[in-house]
Amino acid sequence: MSVRVRVPTVLRPRTGGEAVVAAEGSTVGEVIAAVDRAHPGFSGVLLEQSGALKRFVNVFVDDEDVRYLEGLDTPVADGGEIVILPAVAGG
Amino acid sequence: MTAGPGAASVVVAARPLLTFNAMDVPGQVRDAMIAHARFCYPEEACGLLACDRDGRVRMVYALTNAEHSPVAYTVDPVEHLRAMRHAERNGWELAGVFHSHTHSPAYPSPTDVARAVEPDWVYVLVSLEDEEAPEVRAFRIEGGKIVEEPLVVGGIGTRESMR
Repeated sequence: MSVRVRVPTVLRPRTGGEAVVAAEGSTVGEVIAAVDRAHPGFSGVLLEQSGALKRFVNVFVDDEDVRYLEGLDTPVADGGEIVILPAVAGG
Repeated sequence: MTAGPGAASVVVAARPLLTFNAMDVPGQVRDAMIAHARFCYPEEACGLLACDRDGRVRMVYALTNAEHSPVAYTVDPVEHLRAMRHAERNGWELAGVFHSHTHSPAYPSPTDVARAVEPDWVYVLVSLEDEEAPEVRAFRIEGGKIVEEPLVVGGIGTRESMR
């Protein structure tokens, strides 16, 4: 169950500069945990202490926002892609 | 060793870029950002910019401010992703964001600085403070530091004549 994860610029220092990493997992949460095992500190940027997705982080599976799916429990197919985008925001 | 004609022309061509570090913005892009700012008023407007490999703005995506607020903006996340896909299909990449300030100058607010996470992006501000003469300015924001990026506004296809 290998999944491609697209890493935004702001997170690339955590993945050794890699823009795309591959990881195993059948849900978004499992894949993030797998990336974190390979690149410690990765999930801490995305998740609250409670384990919930941070407000200014958007995660997409097959181009759908996981907030409108099943959140971190959203299933990811083998060969699928997860895109992580920081919220573009200001005042 | 004498530099050949090729080497000399590279130096001459590179100088204006290095000196001004200016960003090419076709006039239509500037107009589109102002039009979107006016359309969304009194809420803040926002959108994204795509550049080609030469750093020239090729597309402006006028997007939804998910906050529908006069004092804050968040680019609708799904529209952000779709704009990124569109840019990539055309061989471009997202290279900046614009948003409007309805009653303050075209300069990044403390919130803009705090939430800026793309050091390679240009942050364009459109001010409607003077509604007759909107102001458009661009900045890099990295590590809390604001650096203005001069805009070179011209028509499409006039890039060479502007340098």
